[in-house]
Amino acid sequence: MDHTQDKYYIPHGSHWPIVGSVALFVMLGGFAVYLNGAEIGGMASLVGLAILVVMMAGWFGNVISESMAGYYNPRVDKSFRMGMMWFIFSEVMFFAAFFGALFYARQLAIPWLGGEGTKFMTNLMLWPGFEAMWPSNGPAHAGGDFETMAAAGLPAINTAILLTSSVTITIAHHALKNGNRLLLNLGVLVTVILGFSFIFLQAIEYLHAYSELNLKLSTGIYGSTFFVLTGFHGLHVTVGAIFLTVIWIRVLRGHFTPQKHFAFEAAAWYWHFVDVVWLCLYFFVYWL
Amino acid sequence: MGPEYEATADQHHVDDHDHHGAPSGIKRWLFSTNHKDIGTMYLVFSLLMFFVGGAMIMIVRAELFQPGLQFVDPAFFNQMTTMHALVMVFGAIMPAFVGLANWMIPMMVGAPDMALPRMNNWSFWLLPVGFTFLIATLFMPGGAPAAGWTMYPPLVLQTGDAFPFLVFAIHILGASSIMGAINIIVTIMNMRAPTMTLLKMPLFVWTWFITAFLLLAAMPVFAGAVTMLLFDQFFGAHFFNAAGGGDPVMFQHIFWFFGHPEVYIMILPAFGIVSEIIPTFARKPLFGYNSMVYATASIAVLSFIVWAHHMFTVGMPLAGQLFFMFSTMLIAVPTGVKVFNWIATMWRGSMTFETPMLFSLAFVFLFTIGGFSGLMLAITPVDFQYHDTYFVVAHFHYVLVPGSLFGIMAGVYYWLPKWTGHIVDEKLAKMHFWLSAIFVNITFFPQHFLGLAGMPRRIPDYSTQFADFNMMSSLGAFGFGLSQLLFVYIVYQTVKGGKKASSEVWDNPVGLEWTVPSPAPYHTFETAPEVR
Repeated sequence: MDHTQDKYYIPHGSHWPIVGSVALFVMLGGFAVYLNGAEIGGMASLVGLAILVVMMAGWFGNVISESMAGYYNPRVDKSFRMGMMWFIFSEVMFFAAFFGALFYARQLAIPWLGGEGTKFMTNLMLWPGFEAMWPSNGPAHAGGDFETMAAAGLPAINTAILLTSSVTITIAHHALKNGNRLLLNLGVLVTVILGFSFIFLQAIEYLHAYSELNLKLSTGIYGSTFFVLTGFHGLHVTVGAIFLTVIWIRVLRGHFTPQKHFAFEAAAWYWHFVDVVWLCLYFFVYWL
Repeated sequence: MGPEYEATADQHHVDDHDHHGAPSGIKRWLFSTNHKDIGTMYLVFSLLMFFVGGAMIMIVRAELFQPGLQFVDPAFFNQMTTMHALVMVFGAIMPAFVGLANWMIPMMVGAPDMALPRMNNWSFWLLPVGFTFLIATLFMPGGAPAAGWTMYPPLVLQTGDAFPFLVFAIHILGASSIMGAINIIVTIMNMRAPTMTLLKMPLFVWTWFITAFLLLAAMPVFAGAVTMLLFDQFFGAHFFNAAGGGDPVMFQHIFWFFGHPEVYIMILPAFGIVSEIIPTFARKPLFGYNSMVYATASIAVLSFIVWAHHMFTVGMPLAGQLFFMFSTMLIAVPTGVKVFNWIATMWRGSMTFETPMLFSLAFVFLFTIGGFSGLMLAITPVDFQYHDTYFVVAHFHYVLVPGSLFGIMAGVYYWLPKWTGHIVDEKLAKMHFWLSAIFVNITFFPQHFLGLAGMPRRIPDYSTQFADFNMMSSLGAFGFGLSQLLFVYIVYQTVKGGKKASSEVWDNPVGLEWTVPSPAPYHTFETAPEVR
């Protein structure tokens, strides 16, 4: 088919979305069955995940080959950019929910349980003897005694890693725009390595928290906010690192030109997004 | 959008080889990337869900026909009220608006299709997955979710096997909405014909544009809220458990931070639809176009700072109650601007009363009643009396049924000839309108009195003093439900055949969609049209 550049490219039907729907049905349906106590659901869930991976490879593969075939004019490129931008905005709002929970618990829920303001009787009648402080696992001391993660240790190293990776991806971006293939290649590779190092250290940190600090997901509100915030962030770093790995392979294959490299920029934006979320995490969860 | 795009638009060839019809068979629907086909699927799905949710509420109204327990046990009653709300909100109203957006926005802005057609397909095909989960919960041990659509913990954590399915259904429907919203935003920002400047856009496009941002900001927060529920239930987290330092009230705050924008997601596109229809049948341009756009944007911004008016009785600090009372009342200002503009548009207009106009007029009149009862509820001290009574039920059904739903009906009657190429049988359509308009008031108006007299919502039995109004309300509901079968017949009849519609369909309507033939060709505006 001959698709001229001057026309906005409308694909003619695709089976990938429906495959994606089947994948999510099997994956989440299976997971729900598993949560209800049937082991078989876990297997189904993994099968669903596998279908989802196939779907993403197929769908993105389609888009990449269409792009390489020159079907996309600047306006299609702009649609992709806007789409990615607003997708990241929705991700920001997803994290906002959990940060909101953290701030609410620290600033309102815990002080109220401690009898602040008009909540004197709440404290006296329901939770006598509970003193408001942060970190806290609540009046019932959920999960028992625990220690918090020191901000100066692994988290500081991880902060340095992510900040450095933000610099390396920017160096790669400039190299791409200047046509410096070698620096581009190295820049993305270093970013990928830093990204996976972050995940590795985060895993060690979790191990440390569980085995030595008695800091668990079930450690009251502190453990809940700590693990859900850092956990979803870690998940996003993983996705970002996989995204960048694909970009690195595409760099090796020479897919990007100084003028046309939307996928690279999308990955870079996503990477900066997880970086900014981490800075907020480091500041509000580990430090303060 | 630099000048380069205008140049590329000019290079389009009218006789391009890509002009082809619809693919045949099941693949046309499963694999579709065509905004019209996807719009049709959304609308049909929404109609189906409208009857599923409607059947559920018929059970509720049958139980409430007389005091005492007659037909269902209270647990099932609670499942029906909960599922009715979830199905109507996420299955009927929202997909109907997305369907209308899919059909109309590309045509209205002069675009060849939605900006991201494959993702458009996925947005739709996630809905059947989400609703398979949700409807399947009816047959699970413990039954369907019964804690109300607001899912407050700790009550919702008592849900049986349905619980994880409920959470994942919300995730999937949320993903669908987010992708739909991204598509609409990108289409409007990037796909307009070069001469379609922002302040020339039809109001339906404007209101959907603003709605899409609400979706984008609100849905992920909802996803976060139900995720926290999931973690509390299965992974030992303590977000909403005071013993662990959490707070069940925190869920209510997070939920309503999503929930209040959500109710505007369900009304702003309807504002857009009636703003299209009233000028056509008043034969005057819309009064105060710019102020309509600014009012819509103001409502959208305000919708994020009013959420706690849903929880005045929960034990908030006084400062919070005052803030949320005043911010809520502020919304009456831009809403008043809109109602004023609709009326001013009709002022000295050469009016005719075809079915879309009848639904729009009922919308303006009855939505305003719902708006006024909303103002009453916004007043904190009196809300302590109204909270969780049938007054609240009457209020939000006035804005959702003769509001959102009538808006959708008006839009369907207005654009159905454009979609099918056939004129709607006016006599039957008018009968559908009058039956709907009369029964909707018989159903919901008495609920105001019930609420003010103190009848609580979500309870299957009631004191005998409420019997008369409840019987009236139930009769109205049965009548309203039956009348909607007429709607299905009218749509079916119009799709099948009827008098051929012209391009314009109505008397001199304004908008690009009326410049293409009826039915609209499978691909429209592969060449960007000229706007004035």
